[in-house]
Amino acid sequence: MENLIAPLIAAPLLGAAVLLVGGRRLDRVGHWIGTLLSTASFVFGLILFADLLGKGAEHRTLTQHLWTWIPVGGFQADVTFRLDQLSMTFVLLITGVGSLIHLYSVGYMEHDERRRRFFGYLNLFLAAMLLLVLADNYLLLYVGWEGVGLASYLLIGFWQHKPSAATAAKKAFLVNRVGDMGLSIAIMLMFTTFGSFAFGPVLSHTGDASEGKLTAIGLMLLLAACGKSAQVPLQSWLGDAMEGPTPVSALIHAATMVTAGVYLIVRSGAVFNAAPDAQLAVTVVGAVTLLFGAIVGCAKDDIKKALAGSTMSQIGYMVLAAGLGPIGYVFAIMHLVTHGFFKAGLFLGAGSVMHGMNDEVDMRRYGGLRKYMPVTFITFGLGYLAIIGFPGLSGFFSKDKIIEAAFAKGGTEGWILGGAALLGAAITAFYMTRVMLMTFFGEERWRNQPTRSPGAPSAEPAAETHGEHAEPHPHESPKVMTIPMIVLAVGSVFGGAFFSIGDRFLHWLEPVTGHSEGDSPLSAAAVTGATMVCLVIGVAIAWAQYGRKPVPAVAPRGSLLTRAARRDLLQDDFNHVVLVRGGEHLTRSLVYVDHTLVDGVVNGTAAGFGGLSGRLRRLQNGFARSYAVSMFGGAALLVAATLLMRAV
Amino acid sequence: MNPVNYLYLAALLFTIGATGVLIRRNAIVLFMCVELMLNACNLAFVTFSRMHGNLDGQIIAFFTMVVAAAEVVVGLAIIVSLFRTRHSASVDDASLMKL
Amino acid sequence: MNATHLAAYTTSTGEAFQFWVLGTIAVIGALCTVFMKKAVHSALCLAGTMIVLAIFYLANGAYFLGIVQVVVYTGAIMMLFLFVVMLVGVTAADSLKETIKGQRWLALLCGVGFGVLLFAGIGNASLKEFNGTGQANANGNVEGLASLIFTKYVFAFEITGALLITAAVGAMVLTHRERTERAKTQRELSEQRVREGKHLPPLPAPGVYARHNAVDIAGLLPDGTPSELTVNKTLRERGQIRDVSTEALNDLRALEQRAEERLERTAIQPETFKRPEEASK
Repeated sequence: MENLIAPLIAAPLLGAAVLLVGGRRLDRVGHWIGTLLSTASFVFGLILFADLLGKGAEHRTLTQHLWTWIPVGGFQADVTFRLDQLSMTFVLLITGVGSLIHLYSVGYMEHDERRRRFFGYLNLFLAAMLLLVLADNYLLLYVGWEGVGLASYLLIGFWQHKPSAATAAKKAFLVNRVGDMGLSIAIMLMFTTFGSFAFGPVLSHTGDASEGKLTAIGLMLLLAACGKSAQVPLQSWLGDAMEGPTPVSALIHAATMVTAGVYLIVRSGAVFNAAPDAQLAVTVVGAVTLLFGAIVGCAKDDIKKALAGSTMSQIGYMVLAAGLGPIGYVFAIMHLVTHGFFKAGLFLGAGSVMHGMNDEVDMRRYGGLRKYMPVTFITFGLGYLAIIGFPGLSGFFSKDKIIEAAFAKGGTEGWILGGAALLGAAITAFYMTRVMLMTFFGEERWRNQPTRSPGAPSAEPAAETHGEHAEPHPHESPKVMTIPMIVLAVGSVFGGAFFSIGDRFLHWLEPVTGHSEGDSPLSAAAVTGATMVCLVIGVAIAWAQYGRKPVPAVAPRGSLLTRAARRDLLQDDFNHVVLVRGGEHLTRSLVYVDHTLVDGVVNGTAAGFGGLSGRLRRLQNGFARSYAVSMFGGAALLVAATLLMRAV
Repeated sequence: MNPVNYLYLAALLFTIGATGVLIRRNAIVLFMCVELMLNACNLAFVTFSRMHGNLDGQIIAFFTMVVAAAEVVVGLAIIVSLFRTRHSASVDDASLMKL
Repeated sequence: MNATHLAAYTTSTGEAFQFWVLGTIAVIGALCTVFMKKAVHSALCLAGTMIVLAIFYLANGAYFLGIVQVVVYTGAIMMLFLFVVMLVGVTAADSLKETIKGQRWLALLCGVGFGVLLFAGIGNASLKEFNGTGQANANGNVEGLASLIFTKYVFAFEITGALLITAAVGAMVLTHRERTERAKTQRELSEQRVREGKHLPPLPAPGVYARHNAVDIAGLLPDGTPSELTVNKTLRERGQIRDVSTEALNDLRALEQRAEERLERTAIQPETFKRPEEASK
């Protein structure tokens, strides 16, 4: 049965190859080929899943060794796949959500003449992501890691004729590179410490290594996770990545790729368990990011960027949970899966709204859309309820568990982390309600207003069918787009309950990640109650601000915090001032030192020798007899020296 | 008479030859001076041979002669070809290797 | 001379006498080699010095080397020198006037310094041992040398053989000129002369009016001045042209004088009738 793992990856890879190499001949059918192969991969995943379910919990690990990749002395890298419960979860999420989004893209990208290429990139992404989660060693994982980075770059910059998209792609690529550096250093450290980078030897021998080394490895892995999962301090790329087509935002920058960091941390759980300092760093990063993302999400008027802030925040929850150790691993992954459903659904809903609104993204120009796009409204609304943790829906189960786990960390840390998570829940409720109200409720602010196209030319091809200044005509999206949204909405509603009732997900994943119940100072019911209170407070504030009062079409100046949050809490400014300017100053001073000191020494030496040889060269007059005199004089000196030595 | 006098004579001839190399410009005369130096060395070798009572010094002198003969052959060939190209046997005319 | 019977530190009076006389000659020969203006003279002086050295070799018991010195060095190598002197000729540049600034003084300084140091070295050396070659030459000098050459020094001997062959080949390579283009025919040469516009006819012959047809006498132009073109280039470069431009006039005067003597008339005051080349000698 393990022989099915390779085809799982090969199917989308084949799709990418066919679509990207095939050329224009495949333009008519390219998107269906891509969707078909993605679905095929999903079917393989289902078959394997059924196979795993049929086995005992201890035997649910399949490995497939394809070939030895790099055999050099003690360095041996194999192309080996490992399918266990953790990988399986990811495989189903990636291929399942991926296939739905393929389907959605068929409609969304209908008017784009480069649709075939888009599907090629999507398939490439699926293949790389599957490689990432199925790899049996860190080096192969790194290949997938870089592969998804490449696919992300290609897809963010898919509309490369827009300078903003090209810049955003470059930014994502560069910021990711910082994280990738962390992963490569971590792999090197693993090799020097354990003599291998396969999961088996590394994760089962963490006891042999010193804590310092494990902490170093853990911090490097955390850096990698920060880059890929847009965690503070490497978070700046995610907001700009929304320049990509919306299905890309849904698949890559909400459901799957950005969670690769969480996967990496959970997969390397053994390393983190043995390095408490690294674990603490992980929780801090997670807590900071969940607040950071939530605050940013409150201030954005761009619907996709508000959702991007939300994504950052939710991944912050997952990282926080992953940093809690065995208490949180399972819940991190559970939240990851439910988040994959509802966030993908929200993004698809946002895409559907944009599709019907001439690609307008400013929520201040939405309003009252529930009448015009009922399916979008319902699915988006279910996703909204799920993310804020409305009782009974997915987010309720998964997020609640994380908050519980944070308190269960114990001590002051537990209170701080739990408090942050609770606060995050309140803010989540606020900003999601804000998005919901501004988009689907209130007055129809899009009437009698020209689109803002001249200032920010919308380049999505759909805009070309309408006039630049035409008033939008909101309409429901075609079935090919609404069906994936409905499926995802179903997942968002029932996923959490399905996983949680009877601790199904816990039992499924426990053999891989391990689990321990922390001892929480608060009872589960108290935590749930507190979460509910936060939720109500958040929703109420949002209602007070955006539901009762009309939403101004032009954003008010706002408080200092609001303005900072609109600028992504000054993250770009920080990067610019500290990293870019700092780097410029550093290089400038280095250049100065190089010019004056280093070159000065070198040039001075050269000039000195030049002057000296200019004088010495007069001895070289070309007359053999002059040279003979020097030789003879030298011989005389040698004789004199010999005599002198004898005399002494 | 002390046979060391032969050595003094050899030293004197050697010095005269060396000075000649330095002050004469005609390549042929210059070569003759070199031969004079070699001969002075040979005289010293022969004298040493006599002093030590073995023939090794004479052997060395013999080899010196052979090498000198080879050197003269090549040297004179160089002088001839130099004369052909520059129409002069002066060593100072061949002074192009300078700045 | 039998070295075996000599005292440990001295040689016979005869040898001493021989040394002082021949040694003086050798030094004079060496000095003349250096200071003679003409290469031929230098070569001859060097040959003299070498013969003296040959005698010294013989006196020192190196019979084989003495003979070889005469045969190879004085006979063969110096002949080679003379051949080359003839080939190359003597150019006007071959004067003793120094052209490099300070070269002469530096050379003398180095020479004197080196000589003094060598003398000091020899004087300081502990040359107590003096065995003579009697023992070594017991079976004959040549046999002794041969047994050494073919046993102890056989490799050096073989290598010097290779060296000689290499030198011979090298000399041939250096002096042999490969013709890289077709030799010009007479027609082409004459065409070239016409094109360049000089010396269309053959060069004028030396000698005047068939009285002086020696090669070293320049032919006279119609106005009585000698033309250097008529003389061989090598002689020209050596400055060996005899000037006979005044000779005809002198001959005329001598004829007049004889006629006067015969006619017993007092004539114009006679001048000296020396030939110019005799006067220069």
